[in-house]
Amino acid sequence: MVNIKINGIEYSVEEGTTILEACRANGIRIPTLCWLKDTNTIGACRICVVEMTGARSLVAACVYPISKFDEGKNILTHSPAVLESRKMTLQLLLSDHNMDCLACARSGHCELQELCRELGVDNSTYFEGVKNEFDIDYSSKHMYRDNNKCINCRRCISACEKVQGIGVIGANERGFNTEINCAFNMDLADTACVSCGQCIAVCPTGALSEKDDTDKVWDALADPDKIVVVQAAPAVRASLGEAFGYPMGTPVEGKMIAALRRLGFNAVFDTNFGADLTIMEESNEFIERATKGGVLPMITSCSPGWVRYCEAYFPEFIPNLSSCKSPQQMSGAIIKTYWAKKMGYDPKDIVSVSVMPCTAKKFEIGRPDQSASGYPDLDISITTRELVKMINRAGIRFRDLPDEKADSPLGNGTGAAVIFGATGGVMEAALRTAVWKLTGEDPSSPVDFTEVRGVEGIKTAEYKVGDMTVKVAVVSGLANAKKLLNMVKNGEIDVHFIEVMACPGGCVNGGGQVIVPADVRNFTDIRAERAKALYSLDSANTLRKSHESPDIKEVYENFLEAPGSHKTHEVLHTSYTPSNLSK
Amino acid sequence: MAFKKSVVAFAGTPEQEAKLKAVIDAEKGHKGALMPVLQQAQEIYGYLPIEVQTMIAEEMGIPLEKVYGVVTFYSQFTINPKGKYKISVCLGTACYVKGSGDVYNKLSESLGIKGGELTSDGLFSLEACRCIGACGLAPVMTINDDVYGRLTVDEIDGILAKYRG
Repeated sequence: MVNIKINGIEYSVEEGTTILEACRANGIRIPTLCWLKDTNTIGACRICVVEMTGARSLVAACVYPISKFDEGKNILTHSPAVLESRKMTLQLLLSDHNMDCLACARSGHCELQELCRELGVDNSTYFEGVKNEFDIDYSSKHMYRDNNKCINCRRCISACEKVQGIGVIGANERGFNTEINCAFNMDLADTACVSCGQCIAVCPTGALSEKDDTDKVWDALADPDKIVVVQAAPAVRASLGEAFGYPMGTPVEGKMIAALRRLGFNAVFDTNFGADLTIMEESNEFIERATKGGVLPMITSCSPGWVRYCEAYFPEFIPNLSSCKSPQQMSGAIIKTYWAKKMGYDPKDIVSVSVMPCTAKKFEIGRPDQSASGYPDLDISITTRELVKMINRAGIRFRDLPDEKADSPLGNGTGAAVIFGATGGVMEAALRTAVWKLTGEDPSSPVDFTEVRGVEGIKTAEYKVGDMTVKVAVVSGLANAKKLLNMVKNGEIDVHFIEVMACPGGCVNGGGQVIVPADVRNFTDIRAERAKALYSLDSANTLRKSHESPDIKEVYENFLEAPGSHKTHEVLHTSYTPSNLSK
Repeated sequence: MAFKKSVVAFAGTPEQEAKLKAVIDAEKGHKGALMPVLQQAQEIYGYLPIEVQTMIAEEMGIPLEKVYGVVTFYSQFTINPKGKYKISVCLGTACYVKGSGDVYNKLSESLGIKGGELTSDGLFSLEACRCIGACGLAPVMTINDDVYGRLTVDEIDGILAKYRG
């Protein structure tokens, strides 16, 4: 332990603690901009500077580890020199920022804006001079990058390179000319970006944002000739409440459904139905592969970011990918085939919308071999954040809404479906149904497979089912996927079934979820908090296994016949192709 | 976005590629191997076009952007080859005071390229340099081994015409 003083008050802190953490633990919040705990610790932005006895200049609190040589030193966290320096840093950042705040996608949730308010920046043009003028990259389907709002904090780079192991964006040139861009300034769409949106989730400003597709939804809703239907993914209900003042981890399923109905959708469905359907098909596919000598390990295909990653970086694993469409696409396919027929609608008149925690879903809806009815399975995919915008724009007072239920069929899901949104959830859901099937459809087959829960990047477990041993692995975050796939390739691990989620912690921490500022992100485990909401919905559900869902039974009886049937292959399964985009 | 590709077609030989692979094999695994690899690659090819950077990225198992980021950070690296005539304008203090900035801008305008670039016919490349020790002749530029002193903006087009032949 080291004895130090913070603003003259004595504290004893563990050696190696950073100044920032020591202050935080003792009630002082040091503002930050570039710092992301464990991910981006470069001490570059100088917002977190403090004064320290004996130091010849201000020190960056985020990267300064307190050592025994600091015994007795005093740290000043809000002295005039500190406050002046922080303010000047912000003013210098503003000198090369386009300050289009009123019309900015991030207005109100911008960390730069918030710091300017907090640190009393009263003159945004204090330093006037030449400004960079960058082209905006609109090339991708899911996002755009406006470097005129970028502050070069490199948080996006750390998310892309370290968390996801990809690195298609980085810092080019130097000094004033530095910009975050792709190699040779090529379009993001020409790189092997997987569309996960983790860069957007960590961007402190409006430099990175999803493509806003809400106007398309408003237009559809206003068109009297269209039947506009919507589905919302499991993870959306675990994050949406944050935008309306609920604590992180509050499930808001009923209010979410009520809000969608009030926006004017003709039918409100739940992607949980598609998730249950995925489990029916995927568990069947796994049993087929395992018992008939198919390609193993089988790898899940629900996460479109992961699928893109596999196609670009590990094409040799394409035969391992489950042929199942994702829950979004399965729901979409059933809406325009079974439901359209049942209701007497022409699928061409249906506009199918999804609300997703994910930016890659915007890409997925345009993939080939995803048009079961002859029309795209999905027409528009919006993120949780875009839904928040729509709710607010429509003047819907979210907290005052009653809890409502989705329309049936295609609106009900089991507990197995709702945990899809957390890492390990798909695996657990698949095991619930696969083990039931392999043990002679015993209704008392196990429900809880807790070994695959939790936020660790790589989890493994082994289950004895009848005379079979099923070895499973669960990974989230693509850097972890890379690690595991290399182990499989090198024969260092023997595994039959792998779940991969592109985003760390799974969809609850998806790139389309409500933005969490670094100041909260650095001290809260978003993945664990939001997952709690889903596991609470699972345990509260009387139906915990996908095959128990009455909606699922209805659709198989009247339309799909049986899991793995010819019909399901037409409607619910898809194919993949290697991509050779620039890596 | 403005895709910054080299203006001349890549014409690397199998010998050059073999040399580059040998360099990478020797350096791979060392910490900070990218710098020496890039330096030697530039010696082998004379410049670092996308084709060479892609080979380096793939062989070293690092993203292309990481290679490009380093190449554009250090002024010693170039993604364009040098022209048949390499124009260097001194922007050192004495030359600058005597108007070499205008000379440089005039060259850039006449050639239609920025510093570090190459004209599409491969004839001229332009770069700024610091003091070449001929301050008495300020402002100074060199074209290969020819030195031009006491330059004025009006002389530039005439000088370029000589080399265009």
